[in-house]
Amino acid sequence: MSRRAGVSGGAVLAVGLLLAAVAGSFAWLDMPLAALFTAAAVEEAGGFVARFFPPDLSSDFLAKVAWAALETLAISLVSTLLATLGGALLALPAAGRHGLAGRHAARFALNLLRSVPELVWATLMVLAAGLGPFAGTLALALHTTGVLGRLFAEALENSPPTPADALAGGGAPALVTFLYGTLPLVAPQWLAYALYRWEMNIRMAAILGFVGAGGLGALLYYSLSLFQEAQASTVIIAMLAMAVAVDGASAWLRRRAGA
Amino acid sequence: MTAAPRDPAALPRLGWTLAALVLLWPLLQLADFRPAALFEPGNLAAMGHFLAGFLPLETSPDFLALLGRATVDTLAMATAGIALAVLLAVPLGIVLTRSLSVSAIGPGRGGWIGRLLRAGARMLLAVLRGVPELVWALLFVRVFGLGPAAGVLALGITYGGMLGKVYGEILESTDARPARSLLEAGSGRLAALAYGLLPNAGQELLSYTVYRWECAVRASVVMGFVGAGGLGQLMDQSMKMLNGGEAATILATFLVLVLAADGLSEALRRRMA
Repeated sequence: MSRRAGVSGGAVLAVGLLLAAVAGSFAWLDMPLAALFTAAAVEEAGGFVARFFPPDLSSDFLAKVAWAALETLAISLVSTLLATLGGALLALPAAGRHGLAGRHAARFALNLLRSVPELVWATLMVLAAGLGPFAGTLALALHTTGVLGRLFAEALENSPPTPADALAGGGAPALVTFLYGTLPLVAPQWLAYALYRWEMNIRMAAILGFVGAGGLGALLYYSLSLFQEAQASTVIIAMLAMAVAVDGASAWLRRRAGA
Repeated sequence: MTAAPRDPAALPRLGWTLAALVLLWPLLQLADFRPAALFEPGNLAAMGHFLAGFLPLETSPDFLALLGRATVDTLAMATAGIALAVLLAVPLGIVLTRSLSVSAIGPGRGGWIGRLLRAGARMLLAVLRGVPELVWALLFVRVFGLGPAAGVLALGITYGGMLGKVYGEILESTDARPARSLLEAGSGRLAALAYGLLPNAGQELLSYTVYRWECAVRASVVMGFVGAGGLGQLMDQSMKMLNGGEAATILATFLVLVLAADGLSEALRRRMA
């Protein structure tokens, strides 16, 4: 009777479990948290940070960074484009337009593509296509195809079938029915999803270089391996600037497209 | 002129498509797009040999024990990282929330301190989440050495930035009137947060945190590629030794882990909704 309003036993249990999970995680990882805050460690970290300033702004290196940034941009754009095509192709069967077997097969393929992280795809593609930006493009395209295909299929399933039915009933061939009956309905949403993934892909494209797939990441990995922190900090600033710029560009495009 | 009456939009569309294709060409060059590379004999042989090694999966007890440890490492890294992120995000998110600003009630001197504080917090959050978690991890590995500690800190910082921003947005978009009347009646900011905002916003905050945990599991899977422990490190080693059987087993574990985290997070969020 003395139970307070709004606090159920289940909620208390959930909070307890949550705290136990967090405590268990820290205990399992055996993190030397105390060692992080000793004077020596703080001094060492401070020295490490100090080596990043000032950033290397020599024109030689800036040209290199600009080229790598351009490469990163190209990787993200081409891979998003490929993924949009691949996603659209897989979304049609995944939305159940080519029978039940096709639906299951397409969904399985999309899940598989989506569950393997971009970086893992990149290590595989470096084997398949050699070091360089092409491997990064393929890796991003594969993962993004999985993501976009699923989103595209959902949009297709939720779009009203009446315009397409009307066209098909009037005797239009399947391709025309899709192009004029279905595509105009889903296109704004597809475009919005593709732009959103492009924003994410440009961030990913910047780090795929860690496994040898070109772009800014390769430059960062290289300069950190050579202990050239000043150059690394220039690359990190470039990454930040690019992420901000892309956010702005894609917000502008989305407003213009009305999606 | 025969096409125009049938679809008046056809010509402009064709024009835009052609323009896009012209723009695409330099991009393809920059991205070094040459599908033929996939079929060069050297690459085909390397990939074929590697893929042929996928079966049978590596299932020796030694390796499975290693794999189990790495899996728990990965999950613990994600959980600890999110815990750190929440610690970082809660104060910053509260600072961002205008409906908890006492100076906004006035009359008084405009509250420029509050505005300055909010702008500072917003910028800090932007930098924290603007640098990808793998870059943070790469940096922390230099300071703290190889191992999951670097991954936990990296996740804590990046996800702290994301959570803080979203917490602020959620709190801003909830009904400000209960908190406002509490503040006007003289209660403190924390009390106004707890009794004025959280009852309306709590569910959404929790649900977003759970969703971010799911993302953190996916992120911590790859942390090992820069030496921050977990499954990724195992995968990196197997890939470098071109051990297909081990790589296939690890890939299968990835899939199971990611799908399980997906499922768990969805179930939790459905229960909370």
